[in-house]
Amino acid sequence: MATTVYVPRDTTALACGAEAVARAIEAQARARGIDVRIVRNGSRGLCWLEPLVEVATARGRVGYGPVAPADVADLFDAGFLDGGAHALALGPVEAIPYLASQQRLCFARNGIIDPLDLDDYAAHGGWKGLAAALDLAPEAIMQAVLDSGLRGRGGAAFPAGIKWKTVLGSEAAQKYVVCNADEGDSGTYSDRMVFEGDPYRLIEGMAIAGLATGATMGYVYLRSEYPLAFSLFREAIERARAAGWLGSDVAGSGRRFELDVRLGAGAYICGEETALLESLEGKRGQVRFKPPLPALKGLFGQPTVINNVITLASVPDILANGAAWYRDYGVGRSRGTLPIQLGGNLRRGGLVERAFGVTLRELLYDYGGGSASGRPIRAVQVGGPLGAYLPEAQFDTPLDYEAFAAIGAMLGHGGIVAFDDTVDMAEQARFAMEFCAIESCGKCTPCRIGSTRGVEVIDRIRASVERENNIALLRSLSDTMLHGSLCALGGLTPYPVLSALDHFAEDFAPPVARVVD
Amino acid sequence: MIPASARIEPIDRPADLDEAQRAHVAGVLADLSGLPGALLPILHAIQDGLGFVPPASVPLIAQALNISRADVHGVITFYHHFRSTRPGRHVLRLCRAEACQAMGARVLEQRLRERLGIGFHETTADGAITLEPVYCLGNCACAPSLMLDDNVYARVGESELDLLVARCRED
Repeated sequence: MATTVYVPRDTTALACGAEAVARAIEAQARARGIDVRIVRNGSRGLCWLEPLVEVATARGRVGYGPVAPADVADLFDAGFLDGGAHALALGPVEAIPYLASQQRLCFARNGIIDPLDLDDYAAHGGWKGLAAALDLAPEAIMQAVLDSGLRGRGGAAFPAGIKWKTVLGSEAAQKYVVCNADEGDSGTYSDRMVFEGDPYRLIEGMAIAGLATGATMGYVYLRSEYPLAFSLFREAIERARAAGWLGSDVAGSGRRFELDVRLGAGAYICGEETALLESLEGKRGQVRFKPPLPALKGLFGQPTVINNVITLASVPDILANGAAWYRDYGVGRSRGTLPIQLGGNLRRGGLVERAFGVTLRELLYDYGGGSASGRPIRAVQVGGPLGAYLPEAQFDTPLDYEAFAAIGAMLGHGGIVAFDDTVDMAEQARFAMEFCAIESCGKCTPCRIGSTRGVEVIDRIRASVERENNIALLRSLSDTMLHGSLCALGGLTPYPVLSALDHFAEDFAPPVARVVD
Repeated sequence: MIPASARIEPIDRPADLDEAQRAHVAGVLADLSGLPGALLPILHAIQDGLGFVPPASVPLIAQALNISRADVHGVITFYHHFRSTRPGRHVLRLCRAEACQAMGARVLEQRLRERLGIGFHETTADGAITLEPVYCLGNCACAPSLMLDDNVYARVGESELDLLVARCRED
């Protein structure tokens, strides 16, 4: 019987050489006359171990990583197909502490199943949420999501059930479910991992959202920087449709739900929900005034549920296991789990799904293993390019929407980027303004003009031109952007800028005058 | 009456498309014009086929969708992904976002500018490489990252960068 070997087809794994490793395993197996079945799974999220090769053995799946093509012959010699000892051996993958200590709900199947295999999906608990939803009235589905406490995982943390309720209560011939997969924040990749590792989960979640709100058409707006996710997801939609999970008769229920995936085109602002809707309609991705809310007048002017990938992908388990089951995870008003993505200067970057309440310090040191460079971690940016920079003194903050808001920070989409002590925080503050200037949609003045002026003011501060006056000006400008911008881009860009200025003032200080004696 | 010498010739004349380009654009428009919100899928399909969206195709797109040329032009120029000029044989997108900055992306950017003698949105004189910035490739745990054509590379060091550039120039 063929031995099953798993080699991830995931952007990070491929970027680390997984394709060449898969080919090397194939070639070695052929040369040695060994029957090997290679499954291209998604990633477990243990990114620093990629390419992480797993072998199905009598004692479960055992891992080897990071594997280079040159290691493959050696692995065969060591009998890795039977779980043999080797310098790269990691033992049973599920026992690796990084993974064993997590609470994987949304990512329970990632890296385990063949992402496009419908049988594998069903065998690992797939479609149970949809089956449960098909037995419920729309109000009951919506109520389950509301009771679960699920809040939008895209960053704004708005209760998902409330959005659904508004759409359910509106009358229209056509309603839509839109999935925001414009995962533009640096340091985030959990959406990508769902597409590449467990795409049917998102399809199931969107179909449930359709049943709950009366929407019969869904669109996924996926960023163009993720070509692999796009091709895998397109294939997943086709297979799901062919198997009757999408279309005019979802799972034989007589209910309709169609799904299409559209590509963005490299505009960060299209992660803002109304800009995304404009873009889907074929226009410039400019932010809309609110009201009207997208739930009442969204895509093509129709009532629209618009949620992030992780929000929608969390829904099937809530329906399958009940609202209370999900609600039992978490702290305060932050219920359930958050897939946290560790990136930047960390030894062990990867995906950590834990209930809310875990501290930044645990994530950076227990999981992340400290900096990759071996130098002290000096600053951490949480929540993408619009998130605050936090100093070491704030590393004990628990991951909780309200606890972060209390220190002038935000969790956003759960991305954590670490910097060591070589970072120049004035340069980071400048970049925040520069990024806003590049990505501003141009609709409102504080963002469009303020960001460019912000770059200039920071340049003057760094050049010691009227330092105190320019720092006062930067604060005043930030205040205008914070309170006067139409959306979160201009409105939150001051967070990284002011946090850098407040916590790392020394980087904005004049260069130390040389002492001449 | 404006003398002929003072008239500004439009740059977006469909007649300037070569035959293959015209056929591609016509095929795309026939396939996709009926989609709701068709403009982005159309622009993607044109650029995927031709490497860029020729300004000369703008009137054809506008006509197919019954919108103005200004609308089409406005959308093309709004999105960083779409190009109006032919790129080099390879497109190298260097990530400039924070996770990559934390792992030395600024040094890589400097090295790349020196090696190639160009800045972002420019193409090397030998037509080998077009350099573009990108803000996150979703490979943040193994930074710094770049995308060469459709492939992402992780933990890119200066020597690997030189190797990739050399390979692009050879073919």
